[in-house]
Amino acid sequence: MSADLLLEIGCEEIPAKFVTRALAELPEMMAARLTEARLSHAGVSVLGTPRRLAVIVRGLAARQVDLSEEVVGPPVSAAFGADGAPTKAGIGFAQKNGVDPAHLGKREVPGKKGLYAVAERHVVGQATPTLLPALLASVVSGISWPKSMRWGWGESTFVRPIQWIVALYGAEVVPFGWAELTSGRMSQGHRFLAPTALEISSASSYTEALRGAFVIVDPEARRDVVRGELSRIERETGLKVRPDEALIDEVVQLGEYPVGICGEFAREFLEVPEEVIVTAMRTHQRYFAMTDGDGKLAPRFVTLMATVVKDPKVVAAGNQRVLAARLADARFFFTEDQKKPLAEWGAKLESVVFQAKLGEAAKSMGEKVRRVGEIATAIAAHVGAAGGACDAAVVQRAAALCKADLATGIVGEFPELQGVMGMHYARRQGAGEGVAVAIAEHYLPKGQGSALPSTVEGAALALADRLDTLVGCFAVGLVPSGSADPFGLRRAALGILQILLLWGPGGECAVDSFPDLEALLSMAEHAYGPALNDGQRRGGRERLRAYFQARLQVLLTDEGLAPQDAQAVVTQDTVLRIPAARLRERARGGPGAGGRSSGVQAHRQHPG
Amino acid sequence: MYLQDLIFALQSFWAQRGCVVEQPVDVEVGAGTFHPSTFLRVLGPEPWNAAFAQFCRRPADGRYGENPNRLGAYYQFQVGLKPSPKNVQELYLDSLRRIGLDPASHDIRFVEDDWESPTLGAWGLGWEVWCDGMEITQFTYFQQAGGIDLLPVTAELTYGIERIAMYVQGVDNVYDLKWDKNVTYGQIRHPWEVEYSRYQFEELDAPFAFTLFDKYESECKRLLARGLVFPGYEMCMKSSHAFNSLDARGAISVTERQRFIGRVRGMAKACAETYVATRATLGFPLLANTLGQLAKAAYDGAAESGVNAGALAAARAVAAYAEEIPHVG
Repeated sequence: MSADLLLEIGCEEIPAKFVTRALAELPEMMAARLTEARLSHAGVSVLGTPRRLAVIVRGLAARQVDLSEEVVGPPVSAAFGADGAPTKAGIGFAQKNGVDPAHLGKREVPGKKGLYAVAERHVVGQATPTLLPALLASVVSGISWPKSMRWGWGESTFVRPIQWIVALYGAEVVPFGWAELTSGRMSQGHRFLAPTALEISSASSYTEALRGAFVIVDPEARRDVVRGELSRIERETGLKVRPDEALIDEVVQLGEYPVGICGEFAREFLEVPEEVIVTAMRTHQRYFAMTDGDGKLAPRFVTLMATVVKDPKVVAAGNQRVLAARLADARFFFTEDQKKPLAEWGAKLESVVFQAKLGEAAKSMGEKVRRVGEIATAIAAHVGAAGGACDAAVVQRAAALCKADLATGIVGEFPELQGVMGMHYARRQGAGEGVAVAIAEHYLPKGQGSALPSTVEGAALALADRLDTLVGCFAVGLVPSGSADPFGLRRAALGILQILLLWGPGGECAVDSFPDLEALLSMAEHAYGPALNDGQRRGGRERLRAYFQARLQVLLTDEGLAPQDAQAVVTQDTVLRIPAARLRERARGGPGAGGRSSGVQAHRQHPG
Repeated sequence: MYLQDLIFALQSFWAQRGCVVEQPVDVEVGAGTFHPSTFLRVLGPEPWNAAFAQFCRRPADGRYGENPNRLGAYYQFQVGLKPSPKNVQELYLDSLRRIGLDPASHDIRFVEDDWESPTLGAWGLGWEVWCDGMEITQFTYFQQAGGIDLLPVTAELTYGIERIAMYVQGVDNVYDLKWDKNVTYGQIRHPWEVEYSRYQFEELDAPFAFTLFDKYESECKRLLARGLVFPGYEMCMKSSHAFNSLDARGAISVTERQRFIGRVRGMAKACAETYVATRATLGFPLLANTLGQLAKAAYDGAAESGVNAGALAAARAVAAYAEEIPHVG
C-alpha cells in the first residue's frame, strides 16, 4: 500500500535565483528526511514558480519499516548477578528497550573490555500519516535561504512571507502548523488571472489543476513556453532573438504564466556600442536583444510578461518608454565620456583605492596600473627573447589605459562593461586596434572554461593584472579562506592557470615562450619595489605557491584527472615550472589520466 | 489623472483602510523612511499605520532641470503598515487599481529588491514593483532599524509619485506633468531644480556644511542625553542631509565617506534606542492600557541586556493579543 505525497508552499514572490536554489535543494532534503524516517518511496520530484514550491513523493509507503536493532547496555558484571540472573540495572535496561529480561544477550563490544549485556529491540513501524506532520514541518523549516525574513508579529523566518501550505497524502490532508498557518488542500491560482482559492485533490492532479488556473508549475514546461514565445516573435518579426541561456534561466523564474511581447526603440540609439544597449536591456530590464539577418543588433527587444493583459500594445509601449529613458541615459554617458581622452579618465584612478592594506605607496589604482605596465612589459620582453612575437609597445600603451574606463560614466552605470568600453574609447580615439583589443582582453578569461585572450598582448596584460593582485594581496596576508573570496583572488589564480595551460595558438606564439610561473611571480614582486619588504615577499611567495598548487590540482581534477594523479603531477616544484613543462600534457601522459580528459583544444575558446 | 489627484487618491485609499494621513516632515530628508513617522514608529511593540507624501532631496541626482527623468528632489508617497498585514500585497494592488493601474491591463510584478540604508542602520527584504517594466514602488518588510530588530515587522510602501504620474498621464518629460488643470510640474519645480543644482554642485560652502555636520552631531548627542528624542532625531536628519550635500559637492573622499556614514548611523542608532526606552517609560501608549503595561513590564525585565532585548521582549509579551491590536487589512 502506498500513495503519493504533495507538499506545496505558497509564498509571496520569491527571488528568481532563490527559486532555482530551493528547487535544487528540496528533493535531496525530502529524500533524506524520508530515509531517516524509514519511509520507502518511488522517487521525489519538485515543481515551482516564484509563488510556490512543490515537492511530490511518488509511491510513499503507508507504514514505516519495522526496526530491529541490537542495543548495547551495561557490562555483564553490572547487568547480571553472581547467580546469572539479571540485576536491577539489567532489568531496567531490558524494560527500557521493551525486551523480556530473560532474553538479554551477552557479547563483546569492539574497543571495550569484557562482555556487555545486549537487547534485541524491535520497533514496529508507525503509520505514515502520523509521521508526516512533523516531517513536512521540518522540510519547510529546513530550506536554507541566503537571506530570510520575518513578517507580521511572527518570528518564523522564510525567504518571503508564506501564504498557504497544501499537504496531501493520497487524497487526505496532512495537517500541520507552520508559523500562523495550518496546512490544507487549498492552493491559489494565478495572482491576476485566477485569483481564487483552488482545491487540490491529490498529487496526481496537481499540475493539471494549476494549469487550469493559469499557473505552469513545472519549470521545464515554463522554459518550453518561454522558448516557444521567443520563436513565435522571431517568426512574426523576421528577426532573431540573441541567444542568452542565462537570461532564459532567470526569466523562467520571474512569472507563473510567461507571455512574450516585442517592443522597439529608436534607431538612433544604435550609434551607441551594441554591448551598451544589450547590457542596458538585459541587466536592468531582463529584455532579450534581437538581431537582423546579418547578425547586427536590431532596434527591437523581447520581454516576457507574467500575465495575460487586455492589450499587449499598452504594455509594450510602457516598456518602450522605460527603455528609451535608459538608453538616453546610456547615450548621455557615452557622449560625455568621449569629451575627454581615455588617459585623462585614467588619471582619476590616482585617488581610487585598489587595496588599502598595501600601504600608502602601493594602494592606489594608479599605482596598480603602473605595476601592471611594468610586469606586462617584462613578459613581452621575455616572449620576444624566447622567439615569440609580442609587441612591447602595444603592451605598454594598453597597460597604461587598461583600467581607465573604470572612471568613466558608463562603466559607473554598467560595471560589467569594464574593458569593453575601454576598448571602444581607445579605438575611437586612435589608440590602435592592438591596444584596444588588449584592453578588453585583459579581463579574460572571466571564468573556468570561458573565452581566453585572442592576442598575445592581451594575454600578457591579463597575466600581469592578476599577478599584481595576487602577489600584493598574498604578501599582506589577504588569502582566500573557505568559500570567502572578497577580492576575487581565486578567480585571479584560476585565470593565470588557464592562460598558462590552455592559451597559445601554436603558430602565432607558442605559449612555451611565456615565462614560467616562478619568473612571473618574480616580475610581479619586482614591480612592487620597496612597497613590500623581504618578509612579506617570502611569506607571500610561499603562500602563493601552495595556493597555486592546490588550485591547479583542483583544475586538473575538474577536467577528469584522478585526484591522486593530479597530486602526483602538481608538486610544489612542478607548479612553479608551468607552462614550460606544459604540465597539462604530462598529466595526460600520466597514469590514469588518459581517457576522460577533454584535451586542450576542446577547452580553448577565442572571442570571435 | 493630475499629480495632485494621484496624491489625493492614495491618501483617501489608505485612510479608508485605517491609516493616519500625516503630513511631510519639515526637515530635509533623502527619503520618506527618514520621517519620524517611519523611522521611529517602526521601533518597539506599538502598532502604527500611516500614509503621507514626502518631499525628498537627493542633491547628487540634480541635473539643472535638463534631464527629463532625474531630479535633485522629488515626491514619495509613503505608507507604513505595522504590523505588516497578511494581505498587504492585495491591499497594495487595490491601491494601484484606484489610481488607474489595473493588473488586467498592465504587467505588474514583484521583482526582488533587498533594501538597506547604511546611514539608518536599517534593512529589509521585499521587492521593487514593476508596472510594464517600470519601477513604481519599493515594497519592503523592515527587519531592522537603528540596529534594533523589528517586531512586529512594518511593511513600507514607497510610491514614486512622478514616475507613476508620468506613466498615467503619458508624459515623457517630468516637467510636462500636469500638477492640476492649469499648472505643470515644471512651472512649480523647474526653477528650484535649476537653482539647487547650482547651489549643490557649485555654490555650497563645504567648510560651512562640515561645521554644520559636526554641530548637528554634538547637538544630537547632547539632546538625547537629556531625553529629548524628537529634537535629537531632527539633528540626525539634518546631519544626514549635510552629508548628502557634501557628497554631491564632491567634498568627501571615498575613505572619508564610510566614516561619515558611520557617524550618521551612530546618531540614528542612539535615537532609536532612546526612542524605545522613552516609549517604554510611557507604557507604550499606542497599545491599549493593559497591553501597554504588559509590554512595559517585559521591557523592564529584559532591558538590562540592552534596548534590543527589551524591545523584543515587549513585543513577545503582547504578540498573543495581536488580534486585539489595531491593524490594517
